[in-house]
Amino acid sequence: MIRINYINKKFRKAQVLEDITADFDCGQVIALIGPNGSGKTTLIKTILGMVKPDSGTVEVKGKLINADPHYRNDIGYMPQIGRYPDNMKVGQLFTMMKAIRQVDDSRIDNDLFLKFNIPSILEKPMRTLSGGTRQKVSAALAFLFDPPILILDEPTAGLDPLSSEILKEKILLEKSKNKLILITSHILSDLEELTTHVLYLQEGKIQFFKELEVLQEETGEIKLNKAIARIMKGQLPDSDWGEQLLLVNKDGKIL
Amino acid sequence: MLRLPRYIVYDIIRNKVIIAYTLFLFISAFSMFRMEENGSRAMLSLLNIVLIVLPLVSLMFTTIHYYNSYEFIELMLSQPLSRTRIFLSEYLSVALSLLGAFWIGIGIPVLLFSPDASGFALLFTGSALTLVFTSIAFLAAVRSKDKARGIGIALLLWFYFALIYDGIVLLILFAFSDYPMEKFTLLLSSLNPIDLGRIFIMLQMDVSALMGYTGALYRDFFGSVTGLLFTGGIMVLWIFIPLLLALRSFKKKDM
Repeated sequence: MIRINYINKKFRKAQVLEDITADFDCGQVIALIGPNGSGKTTLIKTILGMVKPDSGTVEVKGKLINADPHYRNDIGYMPQIGRYPDNMKVGQLFTMMKAIRQVDDSRIDNDLFLKFNIPSILEKPMRTLSGGTRQKVSAALAFLFDPPILILDEPTAGLDPLSSEILKEKILLEKSKNKLILITSHILSDLEELTTHVLYLQEGKIQFFKELEVLQEETGEIKLNKAIARIMKGQLPDSDWGEQLLLVNKDGKIL
Repeated sequence: MLRLPRYIVYDIIRNKVIIAYTLFLFISAFSMFRMEENGSRAMLSLLNIVLIVLPLVSLMFTTIHYYNSYEFIELMLSQPLSRTRIFLSEYLSVALSLLGAFWIGIGIPVLLFSPDASGFALLFTGSALTLVFTSIAFLAAVRSKDKARGIGIALLLWFYFALIYDGIVLLILFAFSDYPMEKFTLLLSSLNPIDLGRIFIMLQMDVSALMGYTGALYRDFFGSVTGLLFTGGIMVLWIFIPLLLALRSFKKKDM
């Protein structure tokens, strides 16, 4: 459904994305992982057309993305930090989005909207919301139009455990509807219940893009974080990140 | 097409700066007409407000609004909307709000107290200058990612158009005072929308009789239909050239 061909992107001198090529299909849940600054968000923003690549193309459902903005009708996007106009009320934000997408009421997916209890804050201006509540609003918006592609950038960061669990259940439900879901997260334990594929980025390059089972087989590890740490240790012995991951694992937590 | 501007204008009105600006214009215009016995002297004082304050407020308000709307623009970019449409909606909303403030603040008093040729010239020039400086401010803001830099550039542009440019023109006229410069000054004035506006209004007033030979030449030119078309045409160029340049940068920009 999404085909990425030889994307290159430089911000001034830093090479943020280098020859990224990948094919994502429906039914896949792809975990985009990698250290901070490895280009995950830039890759997502390139798919959304917010960042223009220096070279290379992105196709969504077989169409090049720079021709027509309507392909974004098929995408629900939850940003890493959801920022909204200060004076706008939550209710207005939702009416505005519905006005922009012009989707039939029957196709609206109110599931998260209700489970996160957003009707109770409809009259509040966006600036008064806490970080976690904003995340809930972002999540509800991403799923609202029942899009076939979901792009979630750090979806569970900042959510309380209960909301985080609600969101994960929702992602699993959407996965069963044969949707394409792209997730970035540093919380690998969250991802392993959800993902079918793992795409590992480092310094703007794809280190590997594999099915979860293949990865588990190759490394002999069931836990995603251990499997990845093992791979990273094998491939790049100098990688600090793999080391740190193993250290943190002993406490059973990931920072 | 007007779905987006509706929400943006709502947001602009909610932040109250535009209301304070309207009140300021209204109170100063009203009190000038009340205090001065002679309507045309009040018009001269109003002329200074229109030529100095209007460009400054348009520049500052627009740049600050653009930087404050950055999140909103990001949100819109992830929706099925083209960049051209998002940009033009922003321009339209800011321009309409500023024009609204001008028409209520200056337009109503002028139509009440001085609905003659010079009054209409003032309204025409004020509206044109509002649009011109909104365009210029969008260009400055889109081109510089850093907020302080964008606002600084906008301020410098104001200094240039409102103060420095006149000094340069005087210097040139003084240096070449032995040559016939009338046609040349006409050209110079069209390179600065504020100057052009000033000449255009002054020549609709009685004071132009005091301006000697150059004044007579100008009066011949600007008093005619060609002069009106010329002023209008140059103003339109001043609105559209910066606007199109800003739109071009906006379409290429990474968010």
